[in-house]
Amino acid sequence: MTTSESICIEVENVTVAYHNKVALHGANLQLRTGSIYGLVGMNGSGKSTLFKAIMGFVKPVTGRVLIKGLPIHKVQKSSLVAYVPQAEEVDWNFPVSVWDVVMMGRYGYMNVLRIPRLKDKRVVRESLERVQMSEFRDRQIGELSGGQKKRAFLARALAQQATVLLLDEPFTGVDIKTEKTMIDLLLDLKQQGHTILISTHDLASVTTFCDQVILINRTILAYGDTSEVFTEDNLSQTFGGAISDLSLNKSQLARSPKEAL
Amino acid sequence: MDILHWFTLPLQHEFMVKAVLVSMVVGVVCAVLSCYMTLKGWALMGDAVSHAVLPGVVIAYILNIPFAIGAFVFGVSSVIAIGYIKEKTRIREDTVIGLVFTGFFALGLVLISKTPSNIDLTHILFGNVLGISDQDIIQTLIISAITFVTIAILRKDLLLFCFDPTHARSIGLNTGMLYYTLLSLLSLTAVAGLQTVGIILVVAMLVTPGATAYLLSDRFDYMMLLAIASGVLSSVLGTYISFYLDAATGGCIVVLQTLFFVAAMIFAPKHGLLVRMRQKQAAA
Ligand SMILES: Nc1ncnc2c1ncn2[C@@H]1O[C@H](COP(=O)(O)OP(=O)(O)OP(=O)(O)O)[C@@H](O)[C@H]1O
Ligand SMILES: [Mg+2]
Repeated sequence: MTTSESICIEVENVTVAYHNKVALHGANLQLRTGSIYGLVGMNGSGKSTLFKAIMGFVKPVTGRVLIKGLPIHKVQKSSLVAYVPQAEEVDWNFPVSVWDVVMMGRYGYMNVLRIPRLKDKRVVRESLERVQMSEFRDRQIGELSGGQKKRAFLARALAQQATVLLLDEPFTGVDIKTEKTMIDLLLDLKQQGHTILISTHDLASVTTFCDQVILINRTILAYGDTSEVFTEDNLSQTFGGAISDLSLNKSQLARSPKEAL
Repeated sequence: MDILHWFTLPLQHEFMVKAVLVSMVVGVVCAVLSCYMTLKGWALMGDAVSHAVLPGVVIAYILNIPFAIGAFVFGVSSVIAIGYIKEKTRIREDTVIGLVFTGFFALGLVLISKTPSNIDLTHILFGNVLGISDQDIIQTLIISAITFVTIAILRKDLLLFCFDPTHARSIGLNTGMLYYTLLSLLSLTAVAGLQTVGIILVVAMLVTPGATAYLLSDRFDYMMLLAIASGVLSSVLGTYISFYLDAATGGCIVVLQTLFFVAAMIFAPKHGLLVRMRQKQAAA
């Protein structure tokens, strides 16, 4: 009873293929509520594919995904899950402001006509504050820098007030200071009991905020407590033995700062 | 002749009252839809659908049913055909669109030439708002009302669908439904526009007001209002001008619309050519 309740996302034997080429094979995962899962793997290892499979954007050849015990299409309307893709494929010249975009995160709470209420406006304001984008609220969405665009879309995900957050490489192109604020934000959300799945290439920072890691290379190689799974052996297996001293050292540095000193 | 007179004089003729009314309504509805067409990048699709309705219109005349129904059926089937061919073959989308709509249009031409009736091809191709029948007026009004109400309700969902379909899907919007809604509205509006400017030029009504407004504003709500303003103004003025000059109504309307666009392109406060030139000079 307790175990099944604390499982938030269940990936059961999921295989995904694009044009008959398998990108993800027999993935099995059980993600616990209230944890931050770092998803780590090489380019093309299937990280984004896993996100898309969880969101139901690609149809798995085998297997299924359950969120709080329900298939994704049953939970989408309830704004339970927020997803920020790796790259936003939007027309940046579109006549919408940052405020409008973040407000789109609130549609699930509105009636058919999508007329924002006071609460929606408040949440949007707060979400913008949390990613430090308030001063840009009236900018047209294309008139932002790359990192600011990422923050705007993160704000939209926050505005959804989802308890499950799927973030596909939110730190690429984001400066160190902003990355730090974003990590603090994620830790904050975790405290509130949110479940977060986040893919990243920044191995050094994984140990600083992910209590769980998932190692992926076309299938799930290992996952579990960061302290147990994020090992040299596992990492070199994930990166096909090609992991250079450089990145390994980095991750070790992050794990045991005292030793490094 | 004073300006008020210029507007009131033609309204002594009943046909002009009807023509102005119909042009106005069609101007509004096409302008509203044109915002979504420009933002979604569906100009070519609009052109395709408006041409593809031709056989539907002819068949509807033959069967003596409202031609909106025939047009709607063929408009939607052309889109389905385009989607199907694109998916099943390796041909590029623009080629498929060009291929399908000309095929449909050609079928329409064959049908007209073999139908022993009084269908006037030029009226379908170039519009005939100055001689519009009461029955056609009613049809146009019904179509316009349907389009207007649908967009009024789905305004924001359609906007999100155009801007970010991935997000629309992830919050549980039925994007397939929105896609076909937009296409159906396109087919319907093409029929409404057909009355005023004809099949050939209807795509201008479905694209130009939106494009003009897009240059003038960075906010969707303003864009919509500006599109409606330019759409209505050009439709009504165009009808008057065609009356006075005894020139093709559709042509007058679309020429006006194009002039509005050119003016916006040059004088737009933020994205206009003049402003850009000044910015360059200031930078130099
Ligand atoms: N739309 C697609 N069509 C065909 N193949 C695809 C598609 N998307 C991804 N792939 C392939 O599937 C595999 C996994 O891709 P995926 O995007 O999941 O990788 P990733 O782990 O997110 O990589 P990255 O770190 O570069 O983001 C890759 O080999 C890729 O070439
Ligand atoms: Mg990826």
